[in-house]
Parts: sequence; structure tokens; C-alpha cells
Amino acid sequence: MAPDLIGLLGFNVLAGIATLALITLGLGVIYGMMRIINLAHGEFMMLGAYTAVAASDAGLNIWVAMLVLPPLVVGLIGLVLERTVIRFLYGRMMDTMLATWGISLGLIGLVTSIYGNVVRGVSTPVGSFEIGRYGASLYSLVIVAAACAALAGLYLLLRLTKFGLILRATMQNPRMAASLGVSPDRIYMATFALGAGLAGLAGGVLAPISGISPAMGAAYISRAFITVLGGGPAILTGTGLASTLFGFINELVSFKTTPVIGDVALLVAAVLLIRVLPQGITGRYLRRSL
Amino acid sequence: MTRPPSPLRALVRPASLSFLAMVASGLVILFGAPHVLDTFGLVQMTGFTAMAMFALSQGFIWGYGGVMSFGQAAFLGLGGYAYAVGVLNMGDSTVPVFLAIAVPMLFAGLLGYFMFYGRISDAYIGVITLTVSVILFQLVNTTSGSQYRIGEAELGGFNGIPAIPALNLPGDAGNQLDPEGIWYAAMGSLVVVYMFLRAILASRFGRVVVAIRENETRAQLIGYDPRLYKLLAFMISAGIAGLAGCLFANWGGFISPTVFGLTMSAQVIIFVLVGGLGTLLGPILGAVLIQWLTIEAGAQNVIDSNLGLGAILVTFVLLIPQGLVPVARNLVLRLGTALSGRRMRAKPLGPAPGTALAGEVRR
Amino acid sequence: MSVSPATKPVRPLLEAKGATMRFGGVTAVNAVDFVLGEVELRCLIGPNGAGKSTFFKMLTGQLTASAGRIHFRDTDITAAHPHEIARLGVGIKTQVPNVFNGLSVRENVFVAAGRKKSLARTRAIVEETLTRLKLTEIATRLVGQLAHGQRQWIEIATVLAQEPELILLDEPAAGMTKEEVERTAALIREINRTHAVIVVEHDMPFIRMIAKTVTVFNQGRILIEGDVDTVLSDTRVRDVYLGKQAA
Repeated sequence: MAPDLIGLLGFNVLAGIATLALITLGLGVIYGMMRIINLAHGEFMMLGAYTAVAASDAGLNIWVAMLVLPPLVVGLIGLVLERTVIRFLYGRMMDTMLATWGISLGLIGLVTSIYGNVVRGVSTPVGSFEIGRYGASLYSLVIVAAACAALAGLYLLLRLTKFGLILRATMQNPRMAASLGVSPDRIYMATFALGAGLAGLAGGVLAPISGISPAMGAAYISRAFITVLGGGPAILTGTGLASTLFGFINELVSFKTTPVIGDVALLVAAVLLIRVLPQGITGRYLRRSL
Repeated sequence: MTRPPSPLRALVRPASLSFLAMVASGLVILFGAPHVLDTFGLVQMTGFTAMAMFALSQGFIWGYGGVMSFGQAAFLGLGGYAYAVGVLNMGDSTVPVFLAIAVPMLFAGLLGYFMFYGRISDAYIGVITLTVSVILFQLVNTTSGSQYRIGEAELGGFNGIPAIPALNLPGDAGNQLDPEGIWYAAMGSLVVVYMFLRAILASRFGRVVVAIRENETRAQLIGYDPRLYKLLAFMISAGIAGLAGCLFANWGGFISPTVFGLTMSAQVIIFVLVGGLGTLLGPILGAVLIQWLTIEAGAQNVIDSNLGLGAILVTFVLLIPQGLVPVARNLVLRLGTALSGRRMRAKPLGPAPGTALAGEVRR
Repeated sequence: MSVSPATKPVRPLLEAKGATMRFGGVTAVNAVDFVLGEVELRCLIGPNGAGKSTFFKMLTGQLTASAGRIHFRDTDITAAHPHEIARLGVGIKTQVPNVFNGLSVRENVFVAAGRKKSLARTRAIVEETLTRLKLTEIATRLVGQLAHGQRQWIEIATVLAQEPELILLDEPAAGMTKEEVERTAALIREINRTHAVIVVEHDMPFIRMIAKTVTVFNQGRILIEGDVDTVLSDTRVRDVYLGKQAA
């Protein structure tokens, strides 16, 4: 295969991995901390994308519209939802799945009522460049950068801040943390908001390359899920490793066939992985990592 | 205190009072509806019946099998498409009806094998079944163009397959059923499926399935292989969903990829949740009630239907997690106790959705 | 040359050779050799973390040995699933009672008794078992609503209803009143007349009530094995328990 084609493929694989990591992170934070499967995750991303649309319609700087506002807005929405619905359902996995599914439907309905069912778009703020004979989008670099920044930011938060320490402690042993004066309730609230904010960020970052519609979340939720399950309990390492593995397979197969077959390949890979490692990658390896 | 009759008697006498009452009501509705309703009403009821059967399939595998299948729409769709492709190719509808049941069952067998024999915990099963139905949606959605065909039937992509020939009496291929005939077929099969499920639940197989849901470890330690029973229950529910898909295709005369969609999977879960998990009447009532509400609400255009469905789901999970039928039953029992002064005990039902899933992954 | 019956070696009912269980870097059970004869009663004791519960789970199929072999009669059960082991004739009572909370006492025993048996035979076993364990009074109560001690007994009833040859009991006396403990001990002695039994326990007075041969686990190995009086007065065993319980 010609070197420029390899270069293009490699670049696309990198972008694919970064996209997967970005969309998975918010879900992974919530699942890793509270063992909740948040089925509204895709809709949080959708809200992030619509925030970007609204902000850019309002004339705000495109980077602010995509990178700053969405995490804040969606984080806030997540906070409200946690206080009003989610916190009554901790420990009841089936109920949280159902309730978050209800929230996801409600959000889709709400946004449809406001914006209608039309597909919107946000234009890509940067252009393209060349890899040999092929054109590649510079925006993919933005996605890679955003994914790295999110992972790095989360790492720094968890490792270096007091909040991060409390978060990790509560994750490992909520009762012990409680006896030391931490309110697990407040931590769960903060974690849910953080997870929602990360989803919002993903939605905002991916806005320029997605068709933005109220139902766009559905495409993301299954991939994010599978990656969380494949990754295992460690939030950062798990997401990182699973995204790399699945993103690689997904991009490669999509390249050779079609994106839909690529998704099938991702599912098959995930089922096989969970068969071999029922607790995900970090359920067996690198268990102590973040 | 009077001794309530042992539910074990159901093994010897499956025809208990509630069973007879349900079948009788079903027959009354079956034969009475065409006299009471006009064609439009009858067609609407046929749609309700298809969804009620779909809800029964979900209610069986979830409420009695304890398997949280989020993607029953996959089987509904496979059944509908199998019927459509079959009848367009064969002309006569008899074999396609069996295809509508068999194809989803085979698919469920394969998928179930990977899930249940692959030691995947029950919580993950929800996600995997959801993903499978989404993928089927995406796959079928991209089949526009005449090269995507099975025999005579073009799959049609997002437009689906229009003008699907309706059911005909076996051997009488030229003579398709009219709306009244389709109603008899649909409601009749709903009654049959209800009786079938009651028989299964009273059988040894059914009791083991329920025991496995109650406590998988103990069932294993008695010597039952939970994987096999879950797989079989999963296949049975897929077959029922497939039959519902066939009815659905007959009701509308067409089928499209939305039948695989998330909304369809969400709806059927809401039907069961609202109606009552762990009962058979609950899913049926939930389906009819929610569908009726959706039509009324859709006619009003005040609230978007997704918003309404979502709000209902959240409300029920928070406030009435066990569903309407058990709540109604408890009310009736309490009334009965208050009036007659005797203690009456309710038959043990399925677990409230809040109970931990068997095999839930613990850190 | 034929072997006369007198010198023919007796196959043990249950035998573990070199049974080892490793979790990551930790070896919970280290090359354990264990033999149980027909209709024998054995108690497994040892301090917390000694490996007795882990070893128990290897016998029930809930864990698969990292190394070594376990045989039930002639069948290798090292990698067997719990339901396969149950079908061979092994009845298991788990540490936390695993019963059908939503079913009545009679229904619980019925489900346990009914596998691969005719309805008439199942009913007979159910009534027999309920009578033997004095559960007829509460036969129609929902198990989920009963007290802990009663639930332990119901679980034992479900185990017996399977008509097993070997019975494994994990802490059968846990959470019971003194009177219940005595009744349980009497029950186990009675069961032992026709079945082999392995009991994992912490409760020393209870052990003294039932034990004949005792196996002491410590740090994944068998420290000492022998008759109850000898073992419990052994200084090594006392040291290992570090005066936690007056044996």
C-alpha cells in the first residue's frame, strides 16, 4: 500500500480513536463512580451539539461555542437531572437504566419541540490539508487535541486536586469516605455533572462533523457503552485502552467496507472481548490504575 | 386464618379462575368487536393487538425470565420483514407466518448463545440487545436500491416495503383477508399466545425459568443449567415478538426500518413497566393504554410524543415502579380484606424493577 | 490374578490432589490434598483468610482450580459448572442463604425435589423433607418473610430434597440462636447416618457437637487433620487462632 494511503489511514484511525475516547469519557466517569448506566448520555451529547448551534447562531466565537459553552450548559443540566431524578435511584441499576432512558426520550422530545426535526449543521472552522495525494481534514486534529486535553485534564483533576482525591476515595469506598466527613451524595452529584459536562464537550466538539438532529444521540450511545464495558472499571486507562482497540478495528473495517459494517465489527469485537474478559480490560489488567 | 390454596395446584389444574376469566374476556372482545366498532375502529384495535403481543414477549422474558432485553424490537422487525419477504415471494401467506416466528427465533438462538453462554452479566445483556437492534436498523436503512432484494422482495431501505399482501386462509392464496378477517387473526392469535404462555409458566420448564429468576445460584445448585433455560425463554419471546411483527405488517400493509428502532424498543418497555412487570395482563393493558394515550396526545399536538413517553417512564420508575396491574390487584385485595374480614394472599409476582438482577456484576 | 475384595482399594467419595487457587498474586489455596470417604463427616476450620471458604468454592464449582485436580468418585470435577456438580449428587448450602424468597417454603422444597422426578415422587419427597425438618407448620409462608435461622433450615431442606450423596454446608449455624444451633447439630448428625457431609464453620461449640474428623486450614494449606479432640488441643491450632475463641 502506498505510503500516503497508509498515512491517511493512520490519521483516520487516530481520529477515530480520539472520537471514541471523547464520546466514551463522560459515560465512563458516571459508570466508574456510581455504576450507573446513563442511557441519556447520547442526548447529553446532542444537547452539547445544540448548544454549539445556538451559540454560533447567536454570533459567539466558534471555539467558545463549541468548547466552552457546551460542557458548562450540559453539566448544569446534568446537575439538575441528578438532583430531581437520579439520586432517588442509586443502587437500583435497572431503574436507573429505565429512568435515564425516559430522560433521553424526554430530552429528544423537548429539543424536537424547540428546534423541530430538521438536521442542522455547524461549519467546520478549519480547513483541510494534504497527506500525499489525499486530503485530510484539519478538524480531525482538533478532535485528537480535544480528546487528549480531556483525558489529560481528567487525569490532573483526579491525581492532583483535593476534589479528585475525594472522588477517587468515594469511588473505592463510599462508606469510609462518609465516615471521614465526605458526603457521597454531593460527590455523586458532582460526578454526574462532570460526566454530563464531558458528554456536552464531546457533542460540542463533534458538532461540525455531525448532522445535528434531536435523535443524533442514538448513534453514539451504543458505541460509548460498548467501550465503557470493554474498558472496565478504571476510568482513564479503561477508556483509553478500549477506545484504542475498538477505534482501530472500527476505522479499519469501515475503511475497507462501510461505516455500518464497521459498527458491526466494533460490536463483534466487544462481545468477543467481554467473553474473554467479562469485567473489561482493566478488570484484569492494570486494575489499580486511574 | 384460612389457608389460601397452594399455587402448586396450578400444576394439576392449570385452569384457574383468573385464567378462565382472561380467556373469556379475550373471546368476548374477539367476537364482539366487529359488531361494536366500525372498520376504522377495528383496524385501530388490530394495531393495539399487535403491540399487545409484542408487549407480552417483553413481559415474558423480562418479568418471568429476568432477562433485561432492551432490543426486542430486533425480533419484531425480523418477524415483520420475514413475513413481508416471504409473502412477496411465495404468494401464499401460510409459510411466511412460520418464517416470521422462526427467523427471529433462530437469530435469538445465536445471539442468546453468545450472551448467556458467554458469561455476560444480565446488565450488559440490556446494552447488547439494544445495540443489536440499532445495528439492524442501520443495516436495513441502507438497503435502498433495487440491488437489495431477497427474491422478489426489494428491501427498500428507509422507505421499507410497501403493499405487503395480507394474510390469506391457508391454501387460498388469491383470497386475502379483509380488515375484519385480519382482526380475527390478530386477536385470535393474541388469545392463543396468552394461553400458550400461561401453559408454559405452569409447566416444569416455566417454573424453572421463574426459579432461575428468583435465585439463579440456588437453581444452579439444584442442578438446572440457567444458561439453557434463559436461552430457551429468550427464543420463545423472540418467536412471539416475530409473530407480533407479522401482525404489525398486516395491520399497516407495510414495514419500514423504524420497526427496529429505539423508539419501538423503548415503547414496549414502557408498556410492560406501566402495566406491571411480572404479570401477563399488565403488558397487554399497558400496550393498549399507552397506545391509546399516544394517539390522543398525537391528535392534540400539544406535547411531543417522545417527551410524553419519557415523562411517563420517569414518573412510573420513580413513583409506581411495580406497574398498574399489581397496584390494582393490591387495591382489590385490600378491599376484599376490608369487606370480608379474611386475609387473602396475592400470588407471588415477579420482582419489582428495583430488585437486583441475578448475576449483577459486583466490583 | 484376581484381587480379593478385602484388599481392593476403596475409592474415596471426594478427592482433591494438589488443589491450588491463585488470584493474581495471591495464592489462597496452596497445593491441598484432601480425601473424603463415603458417609464421612468432616469439618473444615481455620481462621479468616485461611482458604477454607475458597477451597469450599472449588468443590462446589463456583471457582475453578488454578492447578491440581478434584474428583467426585470417578468424575473429574475440577472445571465443572455448579449445576453439573449438583447433578452428580452433591448438595450445597451456601454461606449466605440462597433460597427462593418469592416462593413459599413448600414451593422451595418442591423446586429442589422436582428435577427429573415424577410428580408423585416429588410430592412424597417434599412431604418427607418438610416433616423431617419440622417445617410443616410454616410450609405455606413466603420464605422472604422468615427469620434468618428458619431460612438456613429451609435451605438445608432444599439441599436434602435433591437426595444428594454428598452434602456441603457453608456455615450452617451462622446467625442462629443456641437452641437452633443444637437442633442443627442434631440434624447434621442424623443426616450423616446416610450421607457424607463437609461442614465449614467458625462456631467452636457447634464443631464440638458434631465433629469427628477435623481439617484445619491455615494460610492456604492444611495445617493438621485428625480427630476433633486431638486437633483442638494441638498448640499449633491454638496459636493459629490466637486466642480468638476458647476452643
